[in-house]
Amino acid sequence: MPTELLLFYALGAGAVLSTAAMLLPTTGRSPIHAALLLIVSFFFLAGLYALLSAHLLSILQIIVYAGAIMVLFTFVIMLLNLSPDEIREPKISYAKMLGGGVALFVFGKLLNGIGLAASAAKAVDLTQHDTFGTVKEVGHMMYSTFMVPFELVSVLLLVAAVGAVVLAKKNLAYVDRPVPSPAEEFKTEGHAAGDGEAAAGHGGHH
Amino acid sequence: MTAIPLGHILTLAALLFSLGLVGVLTRRNVLIMLMSVEVMLNAVNLTLVGFSRYNAWTEGHVLAFFIIAVAAAEAAVGLALVLSVFRLKQTTYIDDLRLLKR
Amino acid sequence: MADLLANPWLRGIASSVVIATGVLTIAAWAIWFERKFAARMQNRVGPNVVGPAGLLQPLADALKLLRKEVLVPRKADAVLFRLAPALALFLTIAVVAAIPWGKDIYVADLDIGLLWVLAMSGMMLFPLWLAGWSSNNKYALFGGMRAVAQGISYEIPLLLSAMVPVVLAGSFNLREIVEYQSVHGWFAIWPPGIGVLAFVIFFATSLAEANRIPFDIPEAESELIAGVSVEYSAMSYGLFPMVEYVHTWLSSAVASVLFLGGWSGPGSSIWIIGLAWMLLKTSILFAFIYAMRWTLVRFRADQLMHFCWKWLVPVTLGLVCLAAVWVNVTAGGR
Repeated sequence: MPTELLLFYALGAGAVLSTAAMLLPTTGRSPIHAALLLIVSFFFLAGLYALLSAHLLSILQIIVYAGAIMVLFTFVIMLLNLSPDEIREPKISYAKMLGGGVALFVFGKLLNGIGLAASAAKAVDLTQHDTFGTVKEVGHMMYSTFMVPFELVSVLLLVAAVGAVVLAKKNLAYVDRPVPSPAEEFKTEGHAAGDGEAAAGHGGHH
Repeated sequence: MTAIPLGHILTLAALLFSLGLVGVLTRRNVLIMLMSVEVMLNAVNLTLVGFSRYNAWTEGHVLAFFIIAVAAAEAAVGLALVLSVFRLKQTTYIDDLRLLKR
Repeated sequence: MADLLANPWLRGIASSVVIATGVLTIAAWAIWFERKFAARMQNRVGPNVVGPAGLLQPLADALKLLRKEVLVPRKADAVLFRLAPALALFLTIAVVAAIPWGKDIYVADLDIGLLWVLAMSGMMLFPLWLAGWSSNNKYALFGGMRAVAQGISYEIPLLLSAMVPVVLAGSFNLREIVEYQSVHGWFAIWPPGIGVLAFVIFFATSLAEANRIPFDIPEAESELIAGVSVEYSAMSYGLFPMVEYVHTWLSSAVASVLFLGGWSGPGSSIWIIGLAWMLLKTSILFAFIYAMRWTLVRFRADQLMHFCWKWLVPVTLGLVCLAAVWVNVTAGGR
């Protein structure tokens, strides 16, 4: 078997196994372990992208997914500090069995479609096209053909960043007071639990 | 030429997508459900990369890049929501969020 | 011998073993150097018992740590607790792969070399976070949280300031960036103002990534009793400072590659002289870090964040724009 194919199977098996382990109620029971297994699976996928000559994407996968998105996840998990009784043992229920069935059905449908798509596929020879997937080529495409979508994506990210800050902010009345005394901080935390009206009222002053 | 058949790449992507779907539909922890959505987005990326490789289309890479950016935006907003819900209800379990049902 | 080296697998393995060993050896003696340096600054003598001028002190320390027992707290997450230091070492050594140490001395000539380096040093957050979480100790958890918050914030100005040489040289390949500088002059000097500002910001933010003073609040010993490594013992403890030294050393190496022309210098066409230039530039930056370490005080956590988001991010964004304008106005000097 050629090395490329062997590598593909190894990386693919790694990605599937780590994803499955993340979803199992035993190994992926606590969100921390699930997040780490997901990072492992992202690394395997980055390897797969590199194998399919998508160099830029494979490194972006590591920087953005493993390095930024998953750091965010782990940070939130740590911030919530879920106590052991918070991590419940998942029960088997009809809803879950139905969910599994739906997923299985989707998988069958996808396989059906793949049979049609892949039968006539023949890879383009890349030996004449050795810049394929490099930063320069993808960058050129991004800043010429996809200029407008690219700018829209940047706007989307900005909106998401602002939205995330607004959503996660404890209490907007807080903004102008950078260093609250401990007593004040304690009081505001108490408010945040259920006094949404009061918080909104305070925020209105600014 | 690549030695990897397109069918294998697509099957792997379909498998990952279905695994992500299983996660979204069966796990009840919002954090793990969000992670499963990330798995599904990644499976789509793998499909795009596979097709790009087969047809030497750089467009696929650009689209996959956009998906990564959207995933980042989704994770940021989703996690902020999880955080504010947790402040309100002290839970990350989706079964506990049924204020509208009662 | 030439036949053996023609095989890409053997060449890759051989070169990575040689270069990684070299970097680790240098880092071990960097610890000795730092202790001597600190001692001189504080009017002390420093290590002087083991070997001539205390040169064998790092070996003695390593032996001592290796002989001790590795303890895992009962309430700790044992797997993650053991994984964290090993992962830290792995990621640091992975950075070495893309750095050109001399004219033809590198493990891999990557098209995305700079991104690889930044990705691997960005991933360094995970070992710290893992150690902090799995120790099940509140000081360690605080250390991990601070490390993640600081790391994820300072990564933005770090990446943006690293984009300035990329825009100027027109490549992500570290080898090409150095070659461009060997023809057109150092980036720290030539686009006047832009280059030197980007260099200073890159250097400062890479110190924040490596958790060095003045950005070392994750391990602030006076409040967090050294942060994430509180619960560690023996060699699994020893790996944390070691990784920190290697990381600092590599940050200096990347900064000298990006802004100080890497191996380029008079006579650098001979490989050994190129290597010497590279090591000299890296060592000067490295020594400068220690001069700072024993001079400055650390930031407060909120000052740290304000400095990053209100100053560094806008300034670096402006620098990238200016660099792009510069390249277009001067046609890149090409």
